Amino acid sequence: MVARREWPVDIHPLPPLLHNQPQLIAGEVRRLAVELLASYDAVAVGYADCGTYGALDAVCDELGLKRLPGLHCYDLYDGEARLAARLEAEPGTYLLTDFLVRSFERTVVRELGLDRYPELHDDYFRHYTRVVWLAQEPDAELRTLAQQVAERLRLPLTVVPTGTGRLEAAMADLLSSVISG
Amino acid sequence: MTSSPEEILRGLFDETLVGNAPRVLELTEEGLALGMEPQTLLFEALIPSLEEVGARFERGDFFVPEMLIAGRAMAGAMERLRPLLAETGVETVGKFVMGTVKGDVHDIGKNLVNIMLEGAGFEVIDLGVQVAPEKFVSAIEEHHPDIVGFSAFLTTTMPMFKANMNALEKAGLRDSVVVMVGGAPVTQEYADAVGADGYAADASATVKKAKALLHEKRAKVTA
Ligand code: B12
Repeated sequence: MVARREWPVDIHPLPPLLHNQPQLIAGEVRRLAVELLASYDAVAVGYADCGTYGALDAVCDELGLKRLPGLHCYDLYDGEARLAARLEAEPGTYLLTDFLVRSFERTVVRELGLDRYPELHDDYFRHYTRVVWLAQEPDAELRTLAQQVAERLRLPLTVVPTGTGRLEAAMADLLSSVISG
Repeated sequence: MTSSPEEILRGLFDETLVGNAPRVLELTEEGLALGMEPQTLLFEALIPSLEEVGARFERGDFFVPEMLIAGRAMAGAMERLRPLLAETGVETVGKFVMGTVKGDVHDIGKNLVNIMLEGAGFEVIDLGVQVAPEKFVSAIEEHHPDIVGFSAFLTTTMPMFKANMNALEKAGLRDSVVVMVGGAPVTQEYADAVGADGYAADASATVKKAKALLHEKRAKVTA
């Protein structure tokens, strides 16, 4: 996206698995941002609140940074209101993104210990009724993988093609506010 | 194989810590066969072990799966001990109605809290997940608990605490029951803002806080 839009931006990622320990996100963002502020004109944060429950906003305020909008990553694909409606309609919804579909074994199965303790399956997923894949760039391979994930969770799969338009718009807004501000 | 009571207690502690449920059950049976009191097994091995699990989780040495398998091991032993504890005629510390709020299906934390409350002598009535305000109200009317607990994990479901409080007020139940709230996103400030009586960050803190709140409540009634 950055390359296609020719944005003058370098991306410095943090490990996605931090999402499973969201209490560490704000500190890690702070550490990296302080480091980058020394060598860049501007730094923006490519996270939503992501389970930091306001701690990330405190870091942004402290360092004068801006972040992507939303409560979590899923909002950036589906839109906050649409996603909230989806979860309200069926609270037992388990969400997937392309990233989660591709990395499911590592980011979910292994992290939740389901590889070592398959008997925990029901402790985690007893109350879930469906899997909703927010499909950004669905292709045949991802479709097969998403189906496999749903089968592994023993839940029906709904595919919601979201594209990456909302994320791209949010990124564009973030960049223009950082560059103009 | 015969073990000494000390060996049983140490074994129970260690095997609960690593979540070896079958072994925990075996050791529980062995202890009982040796004539050990159910309370001894509970207070000198099982509960301290789950407290250690909580401490390791806090420190980041344990993650959710380790916590869950330890909780399962302890729950297995509790199944065995529950009828015996009831027989000994020890009075329950208090009655606790617990549920995850409407719209939320995260329940791991709540379930762990329940195990610890039960271990500490509370009678726990678990309403499960996605519990609507009306359901809390009718459960309170039915069971007359000392404490009701609301658990929430999503930013979008935390506002249900306030909705539950309003429902209790409307039903005229607010003064008859102590309200505790918890869950990963909840803080003491948030608990204060919704008008809850207590908040706790983890399962052992919940037990302590619940006991303290009950003590206060009973002191008020007798005063
Ligand atoms: C395990 C987990 C899951 C499991 C839940 C399984 C289950 N049956 O509960 C699964 C994988 C299924 C899941 C699903 C989802 N999850 Co989730 N999940 C987590 C995770 C990693 C751990 C939560 C947990 O169980 N912790 C372990 C327990 C022991 O700790 P605890 O919950 O804090 O409980 C303790 C205390 O809070 C307290 N306590 C708890 N309840 C109560 C009640 C009272 C009265 C008291 C006094 C105390 C108390 O005592 C407990 C024991 O010590 C967190 C991230 C994190 N590390 O917090 C995300 C997290 C909570 N999930 C999140 C999200 C977004 C989701 C999903 C939407 C993701 C998706 N892909 O669909 C769905 C939710 C669907 C839904 N409709 O609810 C976000 C929430 C973000 C937000 N802003 O709202 C988090 C923060 C992850 C993140 N960084 O984005 N999740």
